[in-house]
Amino acid sequence: MFWTVTQSLLKGFGTTVEIFGLTLLLALPLGLLLSFGSMSRFRVLKWLVKTFIWIIRGTPLMLQLIIIYYGPGLVGTWAQGLEQSNFLVDWLASWSVFDRFVAVIVAFVINYSCYFSEIYRGGIESISRGQYEAGQVLGMTRTQVFFKVVLLQVVKRIVPPMSNEIITLVKDTSLARIIAVYEIIWAGQSFIKSAGLLWPLFYTGVFYLAFNGLLTVLFGRIEKKLNYFRG
Amino acid sequence: MAILEVNNICKRFQDNEVLKGISFSLEEGQVLSIIGSSGSGKTTLLRCITGLETADSGSICVGGRMTFDSERREKLSKAEKRENQLCTGLVFQSFNLFPQYTVLRNVTLAKELLVKETCRAEKCDKKEKKARLAAIEDEAKRVIESVGLSDKLASYPCELSGGQQQRVAIARALMLSPKVLCFDEPTSALDPEITGEVLAVIRKLAEEGRTMLIVTHEMGFAREVSNEVIFMHDGVIGEQGSPEELFDRPQSTRLKEFLSAALHA
Ligand SMILES: Nc1ncnc2c1ncn2[C@@H]1O[C@H](COP(=O)(O)OP(=O)(O)OP(=O)(O)O)[C@@H](O)[C@H]1O
Ligand SMILES: [Mg+2]
Repeated sequence: MFWTVTQSLLKGFGTTVEIFGLTLLLALPLGLLLSFGSMSRFRVLKWLVKTFIWIIRGTPLMLQLIIIYYGPGLVGTWAQGLEQSNFLVDWLASWSVFDRFVAVIVAFVINYSCYFSEIYRGGIESISRGQYEAGQVLGMTRTQVFFKVVLLQVVKRIVPPMSNEIITLVKDTSLARIIAVYEIIWAGQSFIKSAGLLWPLFYTGVFYLAFNGLLTVLFGRIEKKLNYFRG
Repeated sequence: MAILEVNNICKRFQDNEVLKGISFSLEEGQVLSIIGSSGSGKTTLLRCITGLETADSGSICVGGRMTFDSERREKLSKAEKRENQLCTGLVFQSFNLFPQYTVLRNVTLAKELLVKETCRAEKCDKKEKKARLAAIEDEAKRVIESVGLSDKLASYPCELSGGQQQRVAIARALMLSPKVLCFDEPTSALDPEITGEVLAVIRKLAEEGRTMLIVTHEMGFAREVSNEVIFMHDGVIGEQGSPEELFDRPQSTRLKEFLSAALHA
């Protein structure tokens, strides 16, 4: 039995890791873009991005997940019932529900991009103006200053908050269960109904712990590697 | 012709008029010190000259090149802006070394980026590029030796004392051979015991004939190292002349007060 359960949980865990990996892959760069937007000199852009971040950070991920999964379908049905017909209405009418997994990825990427962008912003803004100015008087371009001077210092500063956020992401993947994506919690839970067993659900904790333990070690290494300088 | 000509520079921050028409010139190989009380606009002036701040009006000419002209209407290209930038160098009060790089890399970085760009533009081959980069490293080692830090090439800024960090900052600025090297209170952030080692480096540069513009609170040093001194007060040049004229025969009461305050500080 133990082996069957483990196999089943591993399958669910595969999905968990997929959600985790894809979200990270997309949200890390997207967050950087958002952070540039939130620091932009163009007021309108800055205001728009900041409002967006405020909304996403101010509402539960679970709610966002539900809205993104069911929202488009509702809009589509509503538009189909409209009397008039024009380009916009037709387009809206073509909306339908996302694939479950796609909905999860979209919601997670949006949510985590916003959290990451705030971490990036904090890191970038914490670098003293003197670093930029030193680069400038040495004739470096803005891009060179960012990539050659500022970036590594930002990375060093954001590793601790980032590792926190990323470990939270591992645990947040369990929210995918709310729109019936077969991840590890769902896998564990299914044994209650099918075999009357509760322990597989407890057993899922081991997987989370192992994965987060691995991440903790990894981030510890990165932190240590960047310890050679202060700043 | 003077190597640095500053004409009628004005600068205000909101309704705070910080520079109210500053004009002076500096000959090649000369050292000019700027003294003056806190808030008189010394730093702002240096920042305008080095392009960190844009003056509201006036013009600045370095080595015959108009690096700033408020009358100019056409936009400068990136290359021109950089060319202007490289005319002057600046040593900050707070060093501003790049913490993640070694002493050697701090000194070579900017020049390396420049050379890599020219190599790309000239499409030179790998061997040529390598030779040029090696030349930069040799040059950097010589410059670092000249500030007395040959044994610290591989150290990181956090492993150095303030005085050593400031000497690296000087080497870093020298590496790009600016026509005019500016210093903004280079020893103000240092403990009194170690200001000497930084001043000694600047003194040596003066003897070698570097053109320098030095904002300082070290009156003794200003007197000894400069060919000319400017006393700034409230955004204008209060007095200007040889060190003897300013320090021994101050004319205005403002300068007299400033000097006696500095003496008793
Ligand atoms: N970026 C800025 N924004 C607004 N005001 C500024 C700015 N930089 C300088 N000032 C103001 O300009 C005035 C002159 O400042 P500045 O730093 O040039 O003086 P300073 O002569 O270098 O003084 P100190 O000897 O203390 O360094 C001050 O009143 C200061 O508040
Ligand atoms: Mg100052």
